[in-house]
Amino acid sequence: ALIQCKTSTLNWQQRNLEGYVGFANLPNQVYRKSVKRGFEFTLMVVGESGLGKSTLINSLFLTDLYSKDYPGPSQRIKKTVQVEQSKVLVKEGGVQLTLTIVDTPGFGDAVDNSNCWQPVINYIDSKCEDFLNAESRVNRRSMPDNRVHCCLYFIAPSGHGLKPLDIEFMKRLHDKVNVIPLIAKADTLTPEECQLFKKQIMKEIQEHKIKIYEFPDTEDDEDNKLIRKIKEKMPLAVVGSNVVIEVNGKKVRGRQYPWGVAEVENGEHCDFTVLRNMLIRTHMQDLKDVTNNVHYENYRSKKLAAVTCNGVDASKTKGQLTKSPLAQMEEERRDHVMKMKKMEAEMEQVFEMKVKEKKQKLKDSEAELERRHEQMKRNLEAQYKELEEKRRVFEEEKVNWEAQQRILEQQKLDASKTMEKNKKKGKIF
Amino acid sequence: MNSVIYHICTWWLVTVSTGEGARAVPLAGHVGFDSMPDQLVNKSVNHGFCFNILCVGETGLGKSTLMDTLFNTKFEGEPTQHNQPGVTLKSNTYELQESNVRLKLTVVNTVGFGDQINKEDSYKSIVEFIDAQFEAYLQEELKIKRTLHSYHDTRIHACLYFIAPTGHSLKSLDLVTMKKLDSKVNIIPIIAKSDAISKSELAKFKIKITSELVSNGVQIYQFPTDDESVAEINSTMNSHLPFAVVGSTEEVKIGNKMVKARQYPWGTVQVENENHCDFVKLREMLIRVNMEDLREQTHTRHYELYRRCKLEEMGFKDTDPDSKPFSLQETYEAKRNEFMGELQKKEEEMRQMFVQRVKEKEAELKEAEKELHEKFDRLKKLHQDEKKKLEEKKKTLDDELNMFKQKKTAAELLQNQAQQAGGSTTLKRDKERKKNKEHMCTWILLLL
Repeated sequence: ALIQCKTSTLNWQQRNLEGYVGFANLPNQVYRKSVKRGFEFTLMVVGESGLGKSTLINSLFLTDLYSKDYPGPSQRIKKTVQVEQSKVLVKEGGVQLTLTIVDTPGFGDAVDNSNCWQPVINYIDSKCEDFLNAESRVNRRSMPDNRVHCCLYFIAPSGHGLKPLDIEFMKRLHDKVNVIPLIAKADTLTPEECQLFKKQIMKEIQEHKIKIYEFPDTEDDEDNKLIRKIKEKMPLAVVGSNVVIEVNGKKVRGRQYPWGVAEVENGEHCDFTVLRNMLIRTHMQDLKDVTNNVHYENYRSKKLAAVTCNGVDASKTKGQLTKSPLAQMEEERRDHVMKMKKMEAEMEQVFEMKVKEKKQKLKDSEAELERRHEQMKRNLEAQYKELEEKRRVFEEEKVNWEAQQRILEQQKLDASKTMEKNKKKGKIF
Repeated sequence: MNSVIYHICTWWLVTVSTGEGARAVPLAGHVGFDSMPDQLVNKSVNHGFCFNILCVGETGLGKSTLMDTLFNTKFEGEPTQHNQPGVTLKSNTYELQESNVRLKLTVVNTVGFGDQINKEDSYKSIVEFIDAQFEAYLQEELKIKRTLHSYHDTRIHACLYFIAPTGHSLKSLDLVTMKKLDSKVNIIPIIAKSDAISKSELAKFKIKITSELVSNGVQIYQFPTDDESVAEINSTMNSHLPFAVVGSTEEVKIGNKMVKARQYPWGTVQVENENHCDFVKLREMLIRVNMEDLREQTHTRHYELYRRCKLEEMGFKDTDPDSKPFSLQETYEAKRNEFMGELQKKEEEMRQMFVQRVKEKEAELKEAEKELHEKFDRLKKLHQDEKKKLEEKKKTLDDELNMFKQKKTAAELLQNQAQQAGGSTTLKRDKERKKNKEHMCTWILLLL
């Protein structure tokens, strides 16, 4: 708990530092560390066979990724759509790059191509899943990033427009991976045809609301001008070649025709250089960042939302997406504690009330009994008193009467005595 | 290492074969990916950097002054008094810029550290603060919809521990606190106000401190020596730890330059003179060479440790006995079910407890009722007895009364009879008496 901590609001005014502190050296420190760590990049190529995918890869990375020892997928017979990856380690200028090329032989080659994108989607998802699981472990070691950072989609140079398969594929993959559409084997199109083709393709892409990879704007105006230029050339029309030919004394990669040489790295012949510069020299990091911050986060939030909303009423889940599942459980726990407290208090209250009632009843009946007992006692006492009084009266009466009787008796006795006397006396006379 | 994984989805067979690790291939020209570090650096610079320093030390050791000196600016704050009841942490964030590099610097100060009489709990608020920052990051990381990219990282990257310049050894408070912090943060111990110690004393002091730290198993931050470009300077600096620093924002003119210094009657201590103190070494190591490494260590070591402990505490684990790694889904679901079950159980327990109480209370009250009835039964009986007695007495009295009445009536009857008879007799007697009286009178007269 953030107790005993006072945080002031950010001081946004720029501090004027009098003298050199040295944190301007931070970028160098970052540079140094990143070189030591090395880099990794996963590039996926998708398109029908024969569009020159393997050749383009070799041209891009100036290496024989697929050679006699490691034959490319095109050399192999395949009946179904495969997703194959090859990992190579390349070094340049002290910088190490682990490059993974993911190829999709058999894509679009069958007669019925329904769902031929599914293996591709599954591959991309499984890499995201691997990363998610690695990220969610309790013990996390280094997390290798095998997620697909970029998908080059090869469009056949028909010159007309996108095929339904092209549209379908891009629609399904544009929110899972950075899609960069390319016009393959562009040396079969004249510049004018190419222009028209590009316009048509972009129109269709917009119509179908396909989100292809977008170059981010920078703060630098110069860079932005270049970026706008590149955007106007989309989709890039490329030519690849494994063969080095000598043209005007220079050794260039190109395709030799009876009518001339189509040079791969000639900006007027095709957009290969643009692609290479963009893909490798300027935007490789951005492709990785977009994959991490956008595509992977989409995958992750969908996956986790499904887990935590299992069996929970849908109306409750809307506000819960901004909480981590653990925080959610914590909250539920707290809610439950409160509920229990309330329940306990209620029960306690009811209990107390009932006890009070019962006690009161007991008290009342005790009081009642007491009262009755008192009454009876008093009654008895009154009767006693009455009796006493009666007795007293009686005794008094008795005593009086007896006294009276005694007097009378005495009188009688006296009278009879005198009579006796008188009788005696009378007799004497 | 050849691993082949098969995924069977509908009727498409997908084979994913990983090559033998990654094989090295030569390049036939300049491809251009050597610009990757630059791309990364540009992005970082655009995004801006962030660094958080925690200063732990007793009041008056010059923590704020040192921060001002290190960053060449006057940060806010009043010097604190010694009368704080406990240790509180005050944190301030500043936006600094140097050439094109923007740095969001947060300085956290411990207020009141070491001022109390009983310092047993001093370290607690510090540990809690550090943990709270880890917790905030962990919560963000675990959210379903998260924005890690724009999250303002408040985790402490470096902890400068200020040691009082006693010249003898570490205080027990220092050892206790550093021991509690060393697994949570990068500790850089420094000897504060070191202009109070002479050079020879200082050497002894440093040795004593280092040996005490080692013997107590305190892990302080070691400048990394695995990168060749900085290995040498870092390992040299490691041997100078702990740095003896002096801070000052006042300037004194030495020669024809204005330098940061402290002026005494006996001389001037120049902050940036390496013969006078290790300030320059500290600045070099902390800011110019290893700032990024400090951040990295915080994230990959200290934060991971915190995270692991927290998750284990909540019952998460990585693999089940069959050594099949749990998928995230299963883990969460299992956890959730367990959690709900626990809640249900608690509810039931509470209900049962109440039922029990009610039963007990009922029995109690019944007992009381029974007692009450018994009491009154006894009283009733007593009463009955009394009543009986009374009745008997009444009866006795009535009997006596009757007897008396009878006696009386009998006597009266007798009297009446006697009177009647004696009424004549009394008359006779009266007559006789009269006669007798007359006789007597005549006699007396005769006598005369």
